[in-house]
This record gives sequence, C-alpha cells and structure tokens, in this order.
Amino acid sequence: MGKFETNIDAKPRYSAGVIPYKKMGYWEPDYRPKDTDVIALFRITPQEGVDPEEAAAAVAGESSTATWTVVWTDRLTACELYRAKAYRVDPVPNTGAGTAIDAQYFAYIAYDLDLFEPGSIANLTASIIGNVFGFKAVKALRLEDMRLPVAYLKTFQGPATGIVVERERLDKFGRPLLGATTKPKLGLSGRNYGRVVYEALKGGLDFVKDDENINSQPFMHWRDRFLYCMEAVNRASAATGEVKGHYLNVTAGTMDEMIERADFAKNLGSAIVMIDLVIGYTAIQSMAKWARNHDMILHLHRAGNSTYSRQKNHGMNFRVICKWMRMAGVDHIHAGTVVGKLEGDPLMIKGFYDTLRETRTEMSLEHGLFFDQDWASLNKVMPVASGGIHAGQMHQLIHYLGEDVVLQFGGGTIGHPDGIQAGAIANRVALETMILARNEGRDYLKEGPEILEAAAKWCSPLRAALETWKDITFNYASTDTADFVPTATASV
Amino acid sequence: MMTNHGNRVTQGQFSFLPDLSDEQITAQIKYALKNGWAVNVEYTDDPHPRNTYWEMFGMPMFDLKDPAGILMEINHCRETFPNHYVRVTAFDSTRGWESPRMSFIVNRPDKEPGFRLVREERGGRSMGYTIAPYAADRPEGERY
Repeated sequence: MGKFETNIDAKPRYSAGVIPYKKMGYWEPDYRPKDTDVIALFRITPQEGVDPEEAAAAVAGESSTATWTVVWTDRLTACELYRAKAYRVDPVPNTGAGTAIDAQYFAYIAYDLDLFEPGSIANLTASIIGNVFGFKAVKALRLEDMRLPVAYLKTFQGPATGIVVERERLDKFGRPLLGATTKPKLGLSGRNYGRVVYEALKGGLDFVKDDENINSQPFMHWRDRFLYCMEAVNRASAATGEVKGHYLNVTAGTMDEMIERADFAKNLGSAIVMIDLVIGYTAIQSMAKWARNHDMILHLHRAGNSTYSRQKNHGMNFRVICKWMRMAGVDHIHAGTVVGKLEGDPLMIKGFYDTLRETRTEMSLEHGLFFDQDWASLNKVMPVASGGIHAGQMHQLIHYLGEDVVLQFGGGTIGHPDGIQAGAIANRVALETMILARNEGRDYLKEGPEILEAAAKWCSPLRAALETWKDITFNYASTDTADFVPTATASV
Repeated sequence: MMTNHGNRVTQGQFSFLPDLSDEQITAQIKYALKNGWAVNVEYTDDPHPRNTYWEMFGMPMFDLKDPAGILMEINHCRETFPNHYVRVTAFDSTRGWESPRMSFIVNRPDKEPGFRLVREERGGRSMGYTIAPYAADRPEGERY
C-alpha cells in the first residue's frame, strides 16, 4: 500500500475544502487489480465539461469511501486501502463525436475485498449501486459487468440445488425441460387453475408455473392454489410415471408469510417453489437458504428487472443480475429466449446463459463479458426461456439456448386448438425429435422445419401446432446490444 | 392401461417418439462416445418415478468405444429381460457434472398398467400423495 501513500502529499490532500476526486486518490491509472479485488465496470456518460477520468474517479469515490468534501477522519483509517480505484477508462465504440449519442466511457473500478460483508448481496449492492446512480457529475450511469473474486464467492451458498442435482431429482437428462405458465395469469379460481396444471403436465410438460403476480388475491387464495396444484401434479405424475412439478409462487408481503407458504408447499410434497425478483436481495438469499435446508428447487421470476436493465445508457445490465442471483442462490432464472416476445439480442443472451451455467467464463466482449470469471464451484443456475415461444421454433431454441434450459410454452401450450394436453404433446414431441436429430449429427438448425414436418406426419397435435403458429415471429430490434462486434474494429 | 399419450411410462428423453430402431440407438451411442461419456445399461420391473437405482446390466462401459459392441450389450440385456424396462444412460465424469447426461428407454413390457395414486386425507384440506406401480404389488421378477 506504500505505493499509494507516495502518490499523494498528505498535507494539501487533507486540507478542508473541495478537491477533484481524481486528486483524492480515486484515480490510479497504474493500479493493477489484485486477484481478491471486486472489479466493477461502469458505462459512464459524463456531464458536459466533466473529463472522463474525473467522472470515473467520482464514481469510484461515491461507491466507496468518499463524500463531497475532504474529511480529516480519513486519516484515522487505512484509507488508501478502502478507496475504490478507477484504473482504466476506455471510450465506448460508436459514441461521442461524429455520432448521435453523447460520449460514453467504460470505467474499470477495483474495490478491496474488505469493503464487503461476506455472504451479503445487500451489502455488496449498497456500495456498488447505492448512492452513485443519482450522482450529478454523471448524466447517466450503467453497471455493465463485475468480476467477483473466488475468495468472495466462497462466502456465498450459491444455488440451493443446481442444474445437476435438479436433473437427478427430476430424473430428466439430455434434453431441455418443458414448462408453461398458467393462463390467464389472473382470475382463475383454484379449482380451474389446477385443471390447467393437470392437463399440461399429463400432456407431457415437466413443470407448470405460477405467474409473477399470482400470490393471494380475492379470486384465489394461496392455500387453495397450492392444494389444487398439488392434486394436479400428483395425478399427472401417476398418469405418466414421471416426476412433475408446479412452481408455487410464495411471494408475499413479509418474510414470515413467505416461509409459511413455502412450508405448506413442502408439506404437500412439492419439488419446487418460486419467488419474484421484486422481493429483494435479502429475501432471495433467505429463501435460498430455506430451499437448501428443505430439499427444494427455487425458481426466480425476474419481475421488475427491465425497469433498470433494458436501456443501454443507465441502470444495470442483466448479466450483473445473473451473477448476483447465482451468488444469492436461486436455481432457475428467466434469462431470455432470443426468438420470443421479450427483449433479447442473441449475443447478449449467450453471455447471460454462460454466466449462469459455466464453471468458468472467459472474457468475451461480443457477448458482453468483460472479465474472466471463475465461479468457484458454485452450482449452476438453470436459465428459463419464457415468453412468446412455440413448437415451430424448437430448432432455433435448442441452437441458441442449448439443452440445460427450461423452455416455457405458456400460450404455446394452453392456446393449442385441440386443447392443453395436445399443446403439451406437440411441444414434447417437437423437443424430443429435435434432440434426437441433433444427437444424430444432423444440421438441425437448417433442417429444423423439415424435421418438425416429418414428426408432424405421425403426431397430429404437432401438426396442428405448426399450422396455428407457423408465421408467428417477434422481429423487433433489441435495445440492449453488444458494443463490440467480433470482426470489425471500433470506428475511428 | 395408462391413458396418457402413447399409453406408456414417459421417463427418459425419447419416450414420446416411436420406439428407436437399432440404427437410431447406435447414433445416440455415437453421440455419447463423441462426448467422452460412458454408456451404461440398466433394467427394472419397478418403474416408480423415484426408483433411482435400476439394476445395472454389468458395469458402465468406460473402455468400450465400439458402438456395435455397446449395442450388443444393450440387445443382450433386452433378450435377458424382455418384459422389463431397460434404459441406456451416458455418464459424464467431468468436473461440474459427474452425473448422467443422457437417459432413454430401449425396452418396456408389452402391457404397462401404470400407477395407483393413493390419497391420504390429512388435517384440513391437505392431502398426502403416494404413487405405486400396480405391477409392484407382485414380487420382483414376476411383475410383467
């Protein structure tokens, strides 16, 4: 640490008053991050006239030890260690002069491990995204990525169950899992709701799911839903010989109520419960501990994330949420479909999926991964693809998303012209026939439509599904896209 | 008789497809071998969804790299237990997996009577559920 002490002359540094953050020690271009440092990458749009290094230093300062003015009490601490250090600022390609977009910069900021409480997402985020996003010196700010050191990851439980053990518990290997969200999402009584669950599971789905806003409303209180859903799950399991599940959403107004609902789900024999991202990081971590202690898979719906993850200049990238949720300990998380109705650029989604599923990810700028990341043996999270997908896209879904994913066809099951069971059969046959073809070495992405047509010759539910949804696509431009393309060099 | 699609137990990754031919099974074996996974053959007459440990028909074929040889083992199992469920699994020993990566049924009894669902009424409206294969009422080896 002696190195930093020599950079700053203490007497003028600690004179009362206001000095630039750069001069306070938050800009250290020669700093080389330690293996144990947390690193955050911010996209900064500085205010007019603020130089990018000063803006980066300000972000480092406000997300660690600084306040707006000099305080002498710094000198009672090992303040050189506790200061976050902005050490690198790169212009973002295709922004600034000559473009229609304000100049943006990628700022790399390193934080010493001692700044963070072990095992607490709340504490980590209170620093990294606490005050700094409202800071006046920046016009806009976005947290793009983080490098979490192994030493810190080892203080987190990680996913309660993980992909491997989830598959072992379900006895389902070698293919994506199939799910559906019960529709309409609001208004069904418990009895009618369970009917949808039973039909979909008996038809061939592995899971059915509560939607994010199904909790305990006047038309269906939570206990009614849990009771009827578990009747449906067990009937379907007996009818097929397979393990089946329904994600019972235990989201509630207080932690105590959530635990009460989760306990009830467990006592009824459910394999899985569900929570929404809006319950908050601490509640998510509590539920992850509960899930591991009770042999339960924990599904997370990312309700609310698009309020801060979708726009490119401000907020935070969803890949950071993926990292925090893997640390917090969920087993499933909705992470995009590429081809469905919700936002999702293929390259970005690959970055999310790799972050959730790999034991180690390499830096890959075109996928939005700015750092090598070793996951320190934390379990893998199963991504969930949900929203506007159907059987006719099966080849694309497997190509983009791989086999460790839950493919959720809500409308694409329940909206089938011949009924819910037929919808489920169509999806399962399409899935199995495509996996068979993939394993046989066929060029299934190119031949996908023919492979599905061939199966539709002997499977009339699949035939009807392909006919119903043949022209449905959602071709809108994504807002959250890569800043780097694999081949081109940045424009100069 | 089971009333689901196909009137059969739908465990494994290809139960919704017509029964695989020897040629199709061979293609799947090749896929497993290409990935470096060890193929294993197992059989049972208790298809309960949580019956994890089917009987092993020999050891996993860690060192057998010839698809035709593996298919012979599968067929040997099918001939020995024509009225049992037989499944082929592929094990991945790499760090972070160490678990099956494939599992599919290649033989099943002619008639699959399915499962009984027993409801145990508890306090309130709660129910305890138990699933049992009808065939498991009879002793092992006399079930199908």
